[in-house]
Amino acid sequence: MQQRRAFVQAIGAGWALAGGAWIAPRAVRGAGLPQGATDSAALDALPGKLALIRRSYRPPNYETPLEAFDSVLTANDRFFVRWHLDNIPRIDAREWSLAVGGDAIDRPLHLTLDQLKQGYKPVELVAVCQCSGNRRGLSDPHVPGVQWGYGAMGNARWKGARLKDVLALAGLKASAVEIAFDGADEPVIDRTPDFVKSIPIWKAQGDDTLIAYEMNGEPLPHWNGFPARIIVPGWTATYWVKQVIAINALAAPERGFWMSTAYRIPKHKFPVIDRFVSQESEQTTPITEMVVNSLITNLTAGQRFQKGSAVVVKGVAWDGGYGIRAVDVSTDDGRSWRAAALGADLGRYSFLSWQHVFTPAETGSTAVLARASNRQGATQTFELIFNPAGYHNNVVQRIPIQVV
Amino acid sequence: MSFNEYRSRSCEGHTTSWPGAAIATVLLAGACGGALAAEQDALKEGPGRDVVQVNCSRCHSTDYIPMNSPFMKRAAWEATVNKMVKVMGAPIRPEDIPIIIEYLTKYYGVE
Repeated sequence: MQQRRAFVQAIGAGWALAGGAWIAPRAVRGAGLPQGATDSAALDALPGKLALIRRSYRPPNYETPLEAFDSVLTANDRFFVRWHLDNIPRIDAREWSLAVGGDAIDRPLHLTLDQLKQGYKPVELVAVCQCSGNRRGLSDPHVPGVQWGYGAMGNARWKGARLKDVLALAGLKASAVEIAFDGADEPVIDRTPDFVKSIPIWKAQGDDTLIAYEMNGEPLPHWNGFPARIIVPGWTATYWVKQVIAINALAAPERGFWMSTAYRIPKHKFPVIDRFVSQESEQTTPITEMVVNSLITNLTAGQRFQKGSAVVVKGVAWDGGYGIRAVDVSTDDGRSWRAAALGADLGRYSFLSWQHVFTPAETGSTAVLARASNRQGATQTFELIFNPAGYHNNVVQRIPIQVV
Repeated sequence: MSFNEYRSRSCEGHTTSWPGAAIATVLLAGACGGALAAEQDALKEGPGRDVVQVNCSRCHSTDYIPMNSPFMKRAAWEATVNKMVKVMGAPIRPEDIPIIIEYLTKYYGVE
C-alpha cells in the first residue's frame, strides 16, 4: 500500500540521516495551526451545546475539544458542528417530511418522521463522523479552508432506517447510478450553490447506510441535523447530509459544485479502496472512505512526568470500516514501538479505544507517538500526503514530554 | 429561521435578520456583547476594511479571514475572492474586488 511504503521510506530516511538514531520528519514534529487560527478561536457554547472550539460563527463551525474524546462515544452536546451555508432553519418535527424521488424512482413518496421510525426496521450502529477537513489546519504548507485541529470528528451510536429499505419501497429503478441528498439548509443568497451531495448506488444499497433519527439514544441535536441525517459509515462526513429533506435517485451523476469541484482528492495519491467511479475525472476523485488514523487523548505537549512512576497513554483509533488491527506506541520518540492494549470492540466503524502504560527510566526530553494499522495493512503516515484541500491528514502524532 | 436570526433573538429580545444585519450588528453589539461584538471586532483597521466587512459578512462571519492567516500570498487571496464571486455568487461590485484583495493581502497575507 502506498501508505505503508511511505512509512517504510520515512523510517529509512530517518535512520540514514541520524546514523542510527531516529529523527522525526518535519511533519511529525508538527507545523501546528496557523497563528491566526489559534488567535481567532475561542471556547464558545452554541444553544444546546457545551463549550466547543469556535472556528467560525457564521456558518457555525465548532470543534470538539480533546478532553471529550476521553469517552469512546462522543457526547451529543460536545459533538462537533460543521455547516457550509448559513440559512439553517429550526425544524419542527411535526412539519418535517422527507421527499423520496428522482428520475430513477418509480413511486415517489413523502415520509413523516413517524413513518420513517415506524415503517422501516430500525438499525443501530456505532460510527465515526469525521469531517473531510479534520486536521486541515495542520497541513504543511497551510491550505485555505476551515482551519480544523484534531476535533472535527465524533463517534456516536446512530439509529435509523436503512436507506435501501426506503429506496426499495419507492421503487428504485435499475437505471440509478447515484443517490443524492439535500438538506433544509440554504445559502444566504440564491446564487450560492445549494449543498447537495450524492453517493454511488452501491454504497446507498449497503446495509449500514442509514437515515438516522437518533444519536446516542436521543433525537439528533439541532446542530447535528435534527430531525434526520444521512449516515454513511466509513466515509467522511461530507456525505452525512444533515436536516435531510430530499433523497433523489439519479440516472446520471449529480453535477453540482459540492460534487464536481469540492471535496475532491488527487487520484491515486491515497491508499483508499472505495471508489466513486461516476464522479471521477482525469485528475481527481471524490473523497470517500476515511484513512486509518489515531488520536492520543490524554497527553499535552510539554507535560512533565516523574522518572520511575507509571504513565498511562490513552487514545482512540479508527479507519474506513475495515477495522483496526493494532495501535503501536513509542515512548522514546520513535526508536522503539510497543503494541497498545485495545479496548472493547463497538463495531468496525467505531472509535476503538487503546491504552499503553510505561515507566520512564531516564530523565530528559522525549516524545510519545502512536500509530494505528488496519486490517487492510494500511498504517498512518509519518509524512503528510499533501493535497490542496488538506484532506486525509493521518500523520502520526508526536507529543513531546519531559521526564524529571 | 437562519442561525443569525436565531442568535439575534436569543440576544435579549432583539430581533434582526440578515442581510440588513451589517448595520444592525453594529447597533446591537453593545447590547448583546458576546458573539456579535466579537464578530464585529474581528478585522484589523486599515484601508478597505469596511468594504471587506460589508461584502464578506453578507454570507459568512469575517472570522474566516484571521483564521486563514497569515499564510496566503496575494495570488491565494485573489483566488479566494474570485471563487466567492464566480462560484459562490457573491454580489461584489467589480471595483471593490481589488480593494478587498489588497486589504486581505496587506493585513492577512504573506508576500
